[in-house]
Parts: sequence; C-alpha cells; structure tokens
Amino acid sequence: MIRAMTEVPLHQLAHGRAGDKGNTSNISLIAWDTECFQVLLEQVTEVSVAAWFGHRHPTKVTRYVLPKIESMNFVLEGILDGGVNDALNLDTHGKGLSFWLLDMPIKVSPALADRLSNQTY
Amino acid sequence: MTSKNLFVGCATGFSGDRTDGTKPVVETLIALGGGVLTFETLAERTLARAQIEKRKNPLSGYEPLLDDLVGPVLRRCLDHSIKIVSNFGAANPQAAAQRIYALARAQGLRAPRIAVVHGDDLTQPEQLQYLLKRLSSNIDPARIVSANAYLGAQQISEALQEGADIVVTGRVSDPSLTLGPALAHFGWSLDDWHRLGCGTMAGHMLECGTQVSGGYFCVPGQKPVEGMDRLGFPIAEIDSQGNFSVFKAANTGGRVDLRTAKEQLLYEVHDPAKYLTPDVTADITNATITETAKDRVRLDGITGHARPPELKVNVYYDNGWIGEAEISYAGFKAKERAMLAGDTIRKRIGHLIDLRVDIIGALSIFGDDAGELAARGLNTSANDVRLRVAGVHMQKEIAEKVSREVLALYCCGPAGGGGVRTSLKPRLDTLSCTIPRESVDAGWTIAGEERS
Repeated sequence: MIRAMTEVPLHQLAHGRAGDKGNTSNISLIAWDTECFQVLLEQVTEVSVAAWFGHRHPTKVTRYVLPKIESMNFVLEGILDGGVNDALNLDTHGKGLSFWLLDMPIKVSPALADRLSNQTY
Repeated sequence: MTSKNLFVGCATGFSGDRTDGTKPVVETLIALGGGVLTFETLAERTLARAQIEKRKNPLSGYEPLLDDLVGPVLRRCLDHSIKIVSNFGAANPQAAAQRIYALARAQGLRAPRIAVVHGDDLTQPEQLQYLLKRLSSNIDPARIVSANAYLGAQQISEALQEGADIVVTGRVSDPSLTLGPALAHFGWSLDDWHRLGCGTMAGHMLECGTQVSGGYFCVPGQKPVEGMDRLGFPIAEIDSQGNFSVFKAANTGGRVDLRTAKEQLLYEVHDPAKYLTPDVTADITNATITETAKDRVRLDGITGHARPPELKVNVYYDNGWIGEAEISYAGFKAKERAMLAGDTIRKRIGHLIDLRVDIIGALSIFGDDAGELAARGLNTSANDVRLRVAGVHMQKEIAEKVSREVLALYCCGPAGGGGVRTSLKPRLDTLSCTIPRESVDAGWTIAGEERS
C-alpha cells in the first residue's frame, strides 16, 4: 500500500544563500544528500519558485542545475524593488530571501520526512 | 616566476568587516613560508560613498579602517616578504598609499614599495559625457557621484613582478585581487583561459572573507559553527596548473567543508558557465569539491573561456532622499496598534509620497512594497512589534515628512507607542553599461612618498 505523501519545509532538504547584483537576486539551493537532490529536481522548478515569490513579482526566474555538487542556482530578476540603492525594503540586498525560499513546502514520503527531521549537518 | 605553490589569504570580505582576523592569516602565511595578504573592502556602493568623502576632504576617500587593517601587520609582512594587495584605495588610492607610508614611518619600518593602480575612475567631464552617451541617459552630469570601470588582474600582476610590496587599487573585480598575484607568481599568459578561470574562482572563494569558512552560514541546531566569535579568515593554496585548495588561518574558529564551500562557490553567481570578470569567463559547471582534511577542501573541474570583450562600468548618481522612521508597540493588541499607526500615516501623507509600511516582528523583509504579502495575513502571535515607515522623494522636505509623522505618533498615534528612531539620507541610484577596453587608460605606478 502506498502511504500518502507528507509536506516538509524545503530547509529539511537543502541549504542555501542569497546574493544580489543590481535588481537581481540569486539564491543557491544545495541538497543535503543525493535523495534530497532528486526531490529538488522534481519540485523546485522555475515555475514553482516564481509562484512562491509571486508577491515580489519577478520578471524572470532561471534555474541552473549543477549535478556534480548536487546543487541548483536560482536567478530571480526584478525582485529587489530596485536593489541596494533603490529599494524601500529594510533588506535592500535581499540577503534574507534564501530563508523565504527555504520555507517553501515540499512533498516527500513519510519515510524521507522521518529521516530528515531534526538532522544536524 | 616559479612552480612553487602560492598561498593567498583574504582578511576582510567587505568595508566594515572584522579587522582582527588579519593577524592569524599573516602568521599562518609566515608559517607556510610566505604568500600574499589580500583585503576585499569595496562593495558596489562603498565606492560611491568614498567619492562623497573625497569631495569633502581630498586626503580621504580610501578605506576608513585602513590603519586598523594594515597597521598591526605591516612589520611582519615587510619582514617576511608577505605582499599586500587590496582595493582599499577606493576613490583615492594615492592617499591610501601615502597613509601606509606614514604608518611605516611611525613604526620605524623601511619604506615599502607601494604600487597604485589607476584608470578605473571615469569622472572627468569628457569621460562622463562619453558614459552618458553609452547609457543613452540624459541625467545632469552634476548629479553623478562616481563612475568606475572594473579593472582586472593585469596591472596588479605587473606591479608585483616589478617588485611592489603593496598594491593599492580602486575598482577592480574582486577575484582579480587573487588572480593578479597568481599571474605574477606563475607567469601565466593573459589568454590561458583555463588557468585564469581557476585562479579567478580561487579569488571568488576568498573574496567574501569568512563566508567560506563558517561566516554567514550558521543555523543553530541545523548547521552549527564553533567559535563564531573568532572565525578564521580563508587562505587558498594554488598550484601552477591552477588547481587549488581552501582552508582557514590556524587556531581560529569556523568551519571549511563541502557545505560552506558550496554556499560560497555559488554566491552571487548567475549562469555557472559564465562567471564574467574583466580577466576571463570562468566556468564552474563541472566543478567538484572534496574534503581533503579537517577544515580543508580541494576544488577541481573548474575551467575558463575567453574574457568578455568590454569592461563593466557602474555609475552612481544622486536621486532624491529616503526618509525612514520606526516606533515600537508591545503587549495587548500590539500588532493592531502598529497597523493603525501605519494606516494613519498613509492617510496623512500617502498622497504626497509613495510609502512602504512594515510591521517588524510580524512581517517586514519578506514583504513587498505594495503590501501584497501582508494582505494575506501577518504572524498572529507577535506581540512585540515595530512599525517602520519608509518613503522616497526627490524633495528633501517631503521625504522628511516620514520622520515627522512617525514622531508625532507619540501624542497623536495609538496608545503605548515608544522608541522612535528616524533617519533621512540622500539616495544613490545606479546605472551600468560596458565600454571598450581601449577607452580606459588602465595602468600602475609606484607611488612617490610625500612627506608633509
């Protein structure tokens, strides 16, 4: 019998860091392990990430995949309200945006959810 | 030129970073038999701020913490032939060089041989006219605060080959601070794209200081870092083929492993196949990282392709004022009181100035200017929040109304607001373009020592 999938936040599967250039943010997403990376490839896509950042209205979202380091790099254009000089946001660089991405809900099997919960890396 | 491995350490990741990480880097380099000490201190906007300082005082405009960075290690570096390479010249590399001469004199040291790289500053009137034409912009040149091309590693390399002890630059690409010494040390040709790609990414791993060695990484309980109060700054060991390892200064806190290295490798990268610098198009598509010892990783699989034909230029110009102000509400209905205060200010000045309203503690930096995310609901459990109102306007008096309205909440606002803080700052805006290499007169000279 197939048990229902369960939802976990993305930070159970990956870590990452945000950086800025002008009005563009890039957010790396680095899988904790190979099984996590496979889930990221399926579910953390240009479409799902653009939707998750919908309120920031990205003009373009590009995903670059680096399989040798089980990572991906998202480039989100136009989401910094003008960037470091322009924006009214307290966090003009968008330094904290990796932690918005890392809260995205991801569907995993209960077995994987169990294995990933409360891990220290 | 030699085939011996080169050690390059980086002791700051930006202007304002810790300055006490330098000594452990220098002592580690000395124990390894020598190397190069770099400081990266010039984020995009830092240079515009430095130009504003230089206008006020022609002897300033370089890194304000220069004394703290160089002073404590100058003797050890000169005694042990540790070269120093940095963009801490900012808007005034000549003045930075004179300041280092003065530091050496004050400590009774021999006069170092200090090279100054020039050509990045493009603020002469005819240069500004040319840039505005490239940018198709009609802004008044008098509003331009700074205009700088990103130079590369070539001038740094030449100066080191001619025997400079210290190389002071203004705007160069950050990884060039590492690639320059590698070019000088190994004698790589300027079109050896593979090695230039490797040396550039070694610089990229170093350029943010501790961001590769446990800084900007820790999440307690999930990815812990020991010794955050004494993080070790990073050092790269580069071989003649361009292969390199990254580790950290001895007897320091922090961690260097697969996870810290991956976060820094991808930091501020867009297309991994095209990491553009003035020197090369670096390519990390097939990069691999291996832990080779505790707190040490080796990077392989990096390569490079021909450099971009033109140089990138950033132009900063005055564009109005930013007014910001905050007030705190805590306890019973704190969030409701803060939101009412925000709505009240919108009603009073929202027709004069575009405002952004944050409820810090419930929703702030994740939100958007228009408040779309806030409209979906705020964190309901927050009962100690801070209202923040921010607005931009070309007229100073209008931007200032943000502060005045928040201050007036002390009497005219909802109950129990406290802790008002206000600020009013000129707003700098930026334009970017590329220009042909031949339109930039990049070079270097040994700075003559001026005694006053």
